[in-house]
Amino acid sequence: MKKNFVGFKKAAGVLALAVGLSSALAGCSGSDSSTGSKAPEKTTEKKVQEIRLVAANHPWTEAIKAQLPEFEKETGIKVKIDSYFEDQLTQKTSVEFASNSKNIDVVMFRPLQDGKMFHKSGYFADMTGYISKEKDYTKDFIPSSLGSVQQDKKYFGLPLVTETEVLYYRKDLLEKAGIEVPKTLEELEAAAKKLNDPANGVAGFVARGKRAAAVTQFSSFLYGFGGDFMKDGKSTLTSPEALKAFEYYGNLLNKYGPKGTLNMSWPEAMAVFTQGKAAFYTDASSLFTNATDPSKSAVADKVGFAPFPAGPNGSKPYNVTSWALGIGANSEKKDAAWEFIKWVESKEMVTKLQAEGNPGARISVWDSAEGTAKFPKDLAESIAENGKTGTSYDRPVVINVGSARDSIGDIIIAGIEGKDVKAAAEKADGEFQKILDSEK
Amino acid sequence: MTNWIDRHIKWVFTLPAVLFVGLMMVMPVGYTFWLSFHEWSMSNVTPPLWVALDNYIALFKDELFLKSLWLMFYFTIVAVLIETVLGVGIAILMNQNIVGKGVVKTLFLLPMVATPVAVGLIWVLIYEPNIGIANIFLSKLGIPGQEWLTSQSLVMPSLIFIDVWEWTPMIALIVLAGLVSLPKDPYEAAMIDGATPWQSFTKITLPLLKPTLYSAVLLRMIDALKTFDIIYATTQGGPGTSSQTTNIYGYVLGFQYFKIGQASALLMIFFIIVLSISIFTILLRKRAGVQL
Repeated sequence: MKKNFVGFKKAAGVLALAVGLSSALAGCSGSDSSTGSKAPEKTTEKKVQEIRLVAANHPWTEAIKAQLPEFEKETGIKVKIDSYFEDQLTQKTSVEFASNSKNIDVVMFRPLQDGKMFHKSGYFADMTGYISKEKDYTKDFIPSSLGSVQQDKKYFGLPLVTETEVLYYRKDLLEKAGIEVPKTLEELEAAAKKLNDPANGVAGFVARGKRAAAVTQFSSFLYGFGGDFMKDGKSTLTSPEALKAFEYYGNLLNKYGPKGTLNMSWPEAMAVFTQGKAAFYTDASSLFTNATDPSKSAVADKVGFAPFPAGPNGSKPYNVTSWALGIGANSEKKDAAWEFIKWVESKEMVTKLQAEGNPGARISVWDSAEGTAKFPKDLAESIAENGKTGTSYDRPVVINVGSARDSIGDIIIAGIEGKDVKAAAEKADGEFQKILDSEK
Repeated sequence: MTNWIDRHIKWVFTLPAVLFVGLMMVMPVGYTFWLSFHEWSMSNVTPPLWVALDNYIALFKDELFLKSLWLMFYFTIVAVLIETVLGVGIAILMNQNIVGKGVVKTLFLLPMVATPVAVGLIWVLIYEPNIGIANIFLSKLGIPGQEWLTSQSLVMPSLIFIDVWEWTPMIALIVLAGLVSLPKDPYEAAMIDGATPWQSFTKITLPLLKPTLYSAVLLRMIDALKTFDIIYATTQGGPGTSSQTTNIYGYVLGFQYFKIGQASALLMIFFIIVLSISIFTILLRKRAGVQL
């Protein structure tokens, strides 16, 4: 098969020559190192460098933009940032990497979503060399966090943002109704039922209901009921525990949710909550500034946070590394890229950014007073509480996360629509098992 | 040199166009065709693997693909049908001498000029089930609010409504141009013979408009088949997969599942469908006795 590929390239090359445009095409023909001639002069390394960071539309990206002039002053390295929404980011980076582009120096990626696939496809440069040069560099990072950017003891990235699922609630509404902050899922359902007031445009509960997007936020419910996505390479989507979790989540949104949850990812669900149209909301802790910033939220001063409510199996919310930084495999400025990563991952910078509300992955920052100073007190406590019993993944740990999430999302949708959850789970179970088998 | 150019003048003049078509159209389609027989996950390490027809076979066994074909045809046929009927009606109205015709015509073209993604985002707000104007409007009429784009059963009709809103003007415009160029004598003759307005519409206007209608419908149909922007901006194929047309499914396969081979196979099938519909319509036109 390899022969065919080479043959195609040859044919393409001949064609390009024939039309006399070989030079214009050389950039996209894709074969590089094999020819071995590295002609470009190396003196450019010393001049003012510009590196490109491809990032997500995320509070972290906003925060780092403001700090860039300082980095440039220190090192003379300019940083250009392109940012995209999550799905577009995956698409943009994979297309660019697959065309062997040299233009991505630093990339922000989701270790649990794209990490394995990108690593397998050879998109990342190996960072182990850089990391091992610094003494005890990884000691200060949360171990489970490091686990998500490692394969065979080699690092393809460094953890950047950590998050866990917390319960957002409206202090004023709970107080008015004389309801205690729910500690269990049972209490949450009762409270949501009591506070659900569609006539006045307030739903009892809101959370993600969009097919793939909902899966991560559903995972904590799943673990709370004692279920999981898979066990020893076998899908466990139809286990009695999992079915109960799907039914619970669907029922909550079906009965006490706002209209239109089926199309809600976090921006939509968060908007419902911050417009004062829902009493409870479960989502990632790292999104909290959207709810507490008065310029973005109509209920900024009325938002409370609580640890994720316990299910029959206790409280096992996900506690994951949602974002990491990697270096592009074909980048010609890997040293500068590492300089940048080292700088943004330094203890000082993580402290600074975390103080602005970007939960990082450094243990010492979490332990310090400044690290959590600007977090709402109840949120910091909730995160710490979740950390004790958390689960280190919020979606199935597979290579083909995209299709696995869609299959599981179908069960969630059936639940929200009040359809037969068991039938949907059986169908998804088969699809998910196929994915698992294909990766063996 | 000039001599050489003179001798090959027909090649020299067409070369830019040939180059452009070759590079921008033939190459990508050829590459997609080649990829459709391979399995590849956009990896830089593992080259595409030859799998012969596996991708095509897998697609025809994939119920989501078959569903997406159905949704694509459903969307196209219903939308284009409504657009044609409305478009012809509006064109006939605008062909009369009404006051403020110029202003009405200009206003009428606005939806077509707007960027589809912007149109999609605005309709998301209009259809928003909690605060959107569509439900406010319905409640004034005493009809309970609908879930529009977030309901599995209403999402396709809602999308078709957007498409009709946006593209009816195009059909109306083409038909209007056709109407203006129609000869006047047959109508006079029909009037003298005592034909009713309905008779002169069905017996004179429609037959004479046939070629114009064919072009309008063909253009619109190809466009409707490959609708991506409106759907992606509003539902991304959701809720669930209930608005996942073939084009959207291709995107999902390629960029969310990294199944580039299968996505390419899907696009080849899509390409063949569009091509055969075009050829079929052109044949129809020929049979109707019109030249291109």
